[in-house]
Amino acid sequence: MAKVLVVTSGKGGVGKTTSTAALGAALAQSGQNVVVVDFDVGLRNLDLVMGAERRVVFDLINVVQGDARLSQALIRDKRCETLSILPASQTRDKDALTSEGVARVMDELREKFDWVICDSPAGIERGAQLAMYHADMAVIVTNPEVSSVRDSDRIIGLLDSKTQKAERGEKVDKHLLLTRYDPARAARKEMLSVEDVLEILSIPLLGIVPESEDVLKSSNVGAPVTLAAPTSLPARAYFEAARRLSGEKLEVSVPVEKRGFFDWLFKRDA
Amino acid sequence: MSFLSNIFARRQQSSSVAKDRLQILLAHERGAGEAGESDLIRQLHKEIMEVIARHVAVDQDKVQIKVDRGSGCSMLEIDVEVPQELSGKRGS
Ligand SMILES: Nc1ncnc2c1ncn2[C@@H]1O[C@H](COP(=O)(O)OP(=O)(O)OP(=O)(O)O)[C@@H](O)[C@H]1O
Ligand SMILES: [Mg+2]
Repeated sequence: MAKVLVVTSGKGGVGKTTSTAALGAALAQSGQNVVVVDFDVGLRNLDLVMGAERRVVFDLINVVQGDARLSQALIRDKRCETLSILPASQTRDKDALTSEGVARVMDELREKFDWVICDSPAGIERGAQLAMYHADMAVIVTNPEVSSVRDSDRIIGLLDSKTQKAERGEKVDKHLLLTRYDPARAARKEMLSVEDVLEILSIPLLGIVPESEDVLKSSNVGAPVTLAAPTSLPARAYFEAARRLSGEKLEVSVPVEKRGFFDWLFKRDA
Repeated sequence: MSFLSNIFARRQQSSSVAKDRLQILLAHERGAGEAGESDLIRQLHKEIMEVIARHVAVDQDKVQIKVDRGSGCSMLEIDVEVPQELSGKRGS
């Protein structure tokens, strides 16, 4: 049975698109058929992060409006053949995404893929609600800082009230993904701790993705970090998160600060 | 090459890839204005479909039109899956 997963956050810039690409690729790399769908109409970026920007012809709105077949809008990843992307429209009116149209496309995607992963736009308005409406599962991307945690709490509220599952009296299966986690700042107690965030939001932890330059380098070259730098710390965190999504029981590892030689040299006595 | 310059050379690489990608993308997006270029591609797509439909009854899903935007030119790749009976007929 296909799973529809929404990657959402409320707050902007916390790592939704990065996580959609990385989790989607990680699941696809394990042999499952995955499509990542960009719901950020007007500000599409998933195509760029995935390196498919030169190949976009049709987008989600064209398919919703019936101007193109789904098969014509899907772009197959060149590095991983079980991974596809359905791009968002760059220029059209957001209202062109009708609920009925999206429902039809989601049904069709469920038939073709094992995983349908929806990259939500920031905010809590219509776009974010459309992205989450059909979800069976949700990954709530949160940074360890106050405004992000607050927005995540609001999104959790919406997942519990404004989704098809909620309307049917069922629950969306929610998971917390802590991203841009900085072990050095955590060690200095400058950031909310993992425990703090978990205690406040009280949803299960899917993984902790450290702040890493490998994420930036991967987006520079247009590849999910799990494809561009599979042995890097963030990629490992995403691979483990993907295994947990697939139902494996794995303990979450907390990235620890690796003390560099210079830290050691100068901070020994501090 | 020293250890440090090696590191910097590598860093240079991913950012210059990023710059090249952006320049190609933005050249197409700016030149196109509001969806101009994609409209051309969609128009081509529609008319190519019509021509194909005039000669063979193929499922729309069996015609794939792909683009690859480059810096100097773009590639349009058309894949038509012609039904077995038809492709056989010509040979016999
Ligand atoms: N683990 C990480 N380490 C370092 N940088 C990161 C990490 N995760 C994300 N980033 C960077 O943070 C920025 C925002 O990431 P991203 O675009 O994925 O966020 P978003 O939630 O999709 O944003 P938006 O709300 O605008 O859609 C990007 O520059 C990305 O490279
Ligand atoms: Mg995004």
